Amino acid sequence: MSLAANLPILMAALVAFCVVVYVLADGFDLGVGILFLLAPREEQRDLMMASIEPVWDGNETWLVMGGTLLLATFPAGYYVLLPAFYLPVMFMLFALIFRGVAFGFRLRTVRFRWIWNLAFAGGSLVATLCQGFILGGLINGVTLSSGMFAGGTFDFVSLLGLACGVGLVGGYALLGAGWLIWKTDGWTQVFAREVARSALILTAIMMFLVSAWSAWSVPEVAQRWFAYPSILYIAPIPVLTAAVLLTIWRRIWPGPETGTFVLALVVFLLGFAGLVISIWPYVVPRHVTIWDGASDLQTLIFVGTGTALIMPIVLAYQGYAYWVFRGKTVGASDSTGVEGVPLY
Amino acid sequence: MDPVVLARMQFAFTVGFHILWPTLTIGLASFVAMLSGLWWRTGRTVYRDLMHFWIKIFALAFVVGALTGVVLSYEIGTNWAGFSRSVSNVLGPLFMYEVLTAFFLEAGFIGIMLFGAKRVGKGLHFFSCCMVAGGTLMSATWILAANSWMQTPAGAAADADGIFHVLDWWQVIFTASFPYRLAHMVCASFVTVSFVVAGVSSFHLLRRQSVEASRVAFSMAMWMALVLTPTQIVIGDFQGRNTLFHQPTKLAAMEGLWDTTRGAPMTVLAWPDMEEARNLYAIEVPKVASLYLTHSWNGEVKGLKAVPRSEWPYVPIVFFAFRIMVGIGAILLAIAVTGGVLRLQRRLYDTRWFQFVSLAATPLGFIAVLAGWTTTETGRQPWIVYGHLRTADAVAPVTANAVLLSLTAFLAIYALILLVFLWFAARIVIAGPAGRQTVTSEQIRPGLGRSATALLGVAPTEPSSAARITAANGRVIP
Repeated sequence: MSLAANLPILMAALVAFCVVVYVLADGFDLGVGILFLLAPREEQRDLMMASIEPVWDGNETWLVMGGTLLLATFPAGYYVLLPAFYLPVMFMLFALIFRGVAFGFRLRTVRFRWIWNLAFAGGSLVATLCQGFILGGLINGVTLSSGMFAGGTFDFVSLLGLACGVGLVGGYALLGAGWLIWKTDGWTQVFAREVARSALILTAIMMFLVSAWSAWSVPEVAQRWFAYPSILYIAPIPVLTAAVLLTIWRRIWPGPETGTFVLALVVFLLGFAGLVISIWPYVVPRHVTIWDGASDLQTLIFVGTGTALIMPIVLAYQGYAYWVFRGKTVGASDSTGVEGVPLY
Repeated sequence: MDPVVLARMQFAFTVGFHILWPTLTIGLASFVAMLSGLWWRTGRTVYRDLMHFWIKIFALAFVVGALTGVVLSYEIGTNWAGFSRSVSNVLGPLFMYEVLTAFFLEAGFIGIMLFGAKRVGKGLHFFSCCMVAGGTLMSATWILAANSWMQTPAGAAADADGIFHVLDWWQVIFTASFPYRLAHMVCASFVTVSFVVAGVSSFHLLRRQSVEASRVAFSMAMWMALVLTPTQIVIGDFQGRNTLFHQPTKLAAMEGLWDTTRGAPMTVLAWPDMEEARNLYAIEVPKVASLYLTHSWNGEVKGLKAVPRSEWPYVPIVFFAFRIMVGIGAILLAIAVTGGVLRLQRRLYDTRWFQFVSLAATPLGFIAVLAGWTTTETGRQPWIVYGHLRTADAVAPVTANAVLLSLTAFLAIYALILLVFLWFAARIVIAGPAGRQTVTSEQIRPGLGRSATALLGVAPTEPSSAARITAANGRVIP
């Protein structure tokens, strides 16, 4: 095959990689936000926030990376899907703003700390629900006319979207709980272990519902999954997912501290694989393929070369940033001051 | 309302609000890196105290800047689908490289810069600060490359469908106006931050608070201002002559010049009347515009009438925004020079009226930046890609009501965030760059710091000596 046919596949893999890293990385810190108000005391909340404070900004950068990479490589996905999901995208951004500024403002006040607790937890929850609606809308497909979005403002509203949203809330909460089991100890860790079970149940139910619903309501998805012989290759995915979910259930208390987090990452990877099977090879499902929607060859080459050179360096120092803050998160006051000087 | 107008209002508001934060963080990141380096090499605690102090303000501003920037990267799709469809081949990679080379760099090292000083050594902390500062500059480079391409497009050609295809990447990135625009913005950020640091330090000097640290900061800021304010005016002159050559219509609107003229006058003030295509109530100085634009008394300057009316920007906005920017530039230059004179007379640290003046000048840089961007962006209209793609053809197929809803939400949320930021920043400033040995007001009597007398630096009604120290030095609220 020629470069023109192969490069879009490579670029689609790159976009998929960025989306996956975003979902996994921002997933756990959004999850910590979702669990925030459920924590029993302010002490636990301080520790929960301190555990993600040095890394959340880097995690969220992958959202911008995914967006700009989509614009550069598959513009059709960008200029069709973003107007199609105008309101969920906007409300996701509003929610991300609220939860983001809470990092800066929360510790600076005592009297009004509850407001920033609410902003952080509410922002995390709303952002996750919006992402769910976008995901549901993507599976359902959007209306196009002469290459541009031609649907209505509220086309994104669907039961499938709601189900995806609730499922993502469960999934992110599970990731967040896994992160807290790994990175904290004491009562915060106990809380995380307790809440991980509920999150796991929610995730399992919603994953099943979303899979069944999209197979039932979108014929193209059903055809993809149930056609012989491809069913032989893809049947292991749901089976494996069920097995991993069950393993988490059994390992939350007795297993190693990193277990829940790592296995929750695997659940997300399997879920993403399922999504790719459902919508491959479309950028805009069932309208624009990755070959029709790709940028010019010279643009793809320009993007691909730089990414191949720079992405490994980015991953290295992102990894280093995590490494500097390795081990259990110590108290909030310790991590916020520079050389013991209080932050305010 | 017209969806195009709403989309423009939303983008103008969100991008205008956003630019305030990079303006602050580009300059502050370099200032903090400098302080971290000085603390590492000299070991003088005054640099450490100043570094900790400015890191707190930087941290707050950085968060708001990053989050409001995410909004913009998505608005290009949600509100400007026609634009992204048309230019994705050209500008998509530039935005992508901004994230890849700048945002990740900032995000990767900001954690260490803000929270890692105890976990890494002084040298590595300095390195992290430099990486963050380098990230802010890199980000400015890519985004100004993209903006300059929209102003003076080159290296690409549009096909019959209006889709641009790149012919030469070098030309796309290094367009005619890019070097001047980049230098002008980066210098603007450094000048703005110089006056912010000067203003905050003069506030502390006025209150006789952390005097040693405040003197060092005030001195550094006034040196920066003295060097960079004249530099900025020279860069501005270059940028203006670049605009004269590449975007003559914008320049005509800036000057309020309707007819192509030799020996064009400088219009100090006027009301540009677009209906009649002439200036009302004009105060003019003959031939001066030609002098500073063409560096010749009788140089020719193109007027607005050289192009059809349909290609005119809305002249009054461009005209007045430009005058606000230039006026502030002149004020800042006067302050910087006065500071230099006072330094020669060894009166820099104890001339109280000058400290009041510096304090008052704190927000001026931001206003000038907003005015400058308003000039260049409104002056580009009605084009979104100058001479090629009209703004009206670039908008997304989104209903006016949806945009109105999001615009209203942006107005409310951003206003709230600005107020909260100013509130917390004011508290950090009032607490001052005191070292760790400072007695806090809360340790003496809870709630003391919140009293108005403490805020004003006046002793409480029943002063103890400890409380008086606190009123001047202590942190205010836990």
